[in-house]
Amino acid sequence: MASLGEQLYTCLIAKERWLLILEGLGNTLLIALGAIILGTLIGGILALMRLSNNWLLRGISYLYITIIRGVPMVLQLMIFYFVILAPIKGMPKMVIAIISFGVNSGAYVCEIFRAGIQSIPVGQTEAGRSLGLNKWQTLGYIVLPQAFKAVIPTYANEFIVLIKETAVAGYIAMRDLTKAADLIRNATFNAWIPLLASAVIYLCLTLGLAKLFGTLERRMARSDRR
Amino acid sequence: MIDVKNLEKNFGGANVLDGITTTIEKGEKVVVIGPSGSGKSTFLRCLNRLEEATGGEIWFEGANICDPKCDIDRLRQKMGMVFQQFNLFPHLTVRQNITLAPVKLGLMDAAQANQKAEELLARIGLSEKADTYPSRLSGGQQQRIAIVRALAMNPDVMLFDEPTSALDPEMVGEVLELMKQLASEGMTMVVVTHEMGFAKEVATRVVFIDGGKIVEENDPQTFFSHPENPRLQDFLSKVL
Repeated sequence: MASLGEQLYTCLIAKERWLLILEGLGNTLLIALGAIILGTLIGGILALMRLSNNWLLRGISYLYITIIRGVPMVLQLMIFYFVILAPIKGMPKMVIAIISFGVNSGAYVCEIFRAGIQSIPVGQTEAGRSLGLNKWQTLGYIVLPQAFKAVIPTYANEFIVLIKETAVAGYIAMRDLTKAADLIRNATFNAWIPLLASAVIYLCLTLGLAKLFGTLERRMARSDRR
Repeated sequence: MIDVKNLEKNFGGANVLDGITTTIEKGEKVVVIGPSGSGKSTFLRCLNRLEEATGGEIWFEGANICDPKCDIDRLRQKMGMVFQQFNLFPHLTVRQNITLAPVKLGLMDAAQANQKAEELLARIGLSEKADTYPSRLSGGQQQRIAIVRALAMNPDVMLFDEPTSALDPEMVGEVLELMKQLASEGMTMVVVTHEMGFAKEVATRVVFIDGGKIVEENDPQTFFSHPENPRLQDFLSKVL
């Protein structure tokens, strides 16, 4: 049995394996970042549709959420890769991954936004409208800024969940952080060092993110202080 | 100024407003009283269409507010509204609360709105609170700011929906005092309240609503000393 130092060397340093980890980390971050941006856009639009007076828009939004939330993420990723986006030749896997995870995240973000908007007392809307502001002005200047503050914790949670979910990107042969660790495991016949190393990196990402959003939340809470 | 014709409001089969007809003249201070559930708040909220009436007409400055095609946002600029729960915007400072609507609606530029806000705050003795957030203020202060927020729009009429009902007793006075000042300056006011003292002192006309109908209306003197309707007599015997 090799010493811990030797094992670490073999798994992380030798043959520039750390580059593989770094590449995986980069891909994981890129997918998660792209997907949260896309998901936030989709989620915002869906949330407004969900709260609209138009039954068709409400219905579309509801259907979207029901389907997305009812099907496993891995399966959605594979459906996008092998079915829906397959006809578009030469589309980079990264783009496919971002679309898949973004479309998925959008459903969850929509529900977060909807709950946030609905948590703002109706009196706020009435006060805005009674001053002569129209529906969109009231939404933009009064309801959304307050809702935004209210959703930070759950939104942060969605981002953290999303980072971890990207670990299934290996199913479409993307070299994300998890896949990189698995490749090293295969090459070195050492399982625990690469897997543990990637686990630590995921943990650092999610902890850092939680801290970042925690700071944001405290800063936004300024007006609540009594 | 406001002409209400046969106003009806139906909530899931129940007639909350059952044919209300009245005219509010410029400069009038109409105090609306009635038991809870009588429809008095619904009546007030119909006046600026926070509630959609199910029948009848409300004419204000040449437009029928009940007509879905009327420009309700423009009409509301001329109807200030004060709520029981104040409804200040908690994410904005006092100053921003007051200047938001006039600026965003293009009625004033930022400097004008700011000056207006300072004048209004000076008037209610809260100048030093301009840059604090509403959560740091007492209920009475919040409600007075809500009143001047509505005044910043230079409304032609002010609607008050139980403005003192959510206040601690010691803060009721300061809000009523401000409303009395407004009244004495000639503002047209419609006030739903349980403050009978205010009604006696300030109202030009008191309206008693029960069961979604105007049961009795009169000048405050006659209204309180010689109520005719038995339901009003009963109501007054309980609240006075």
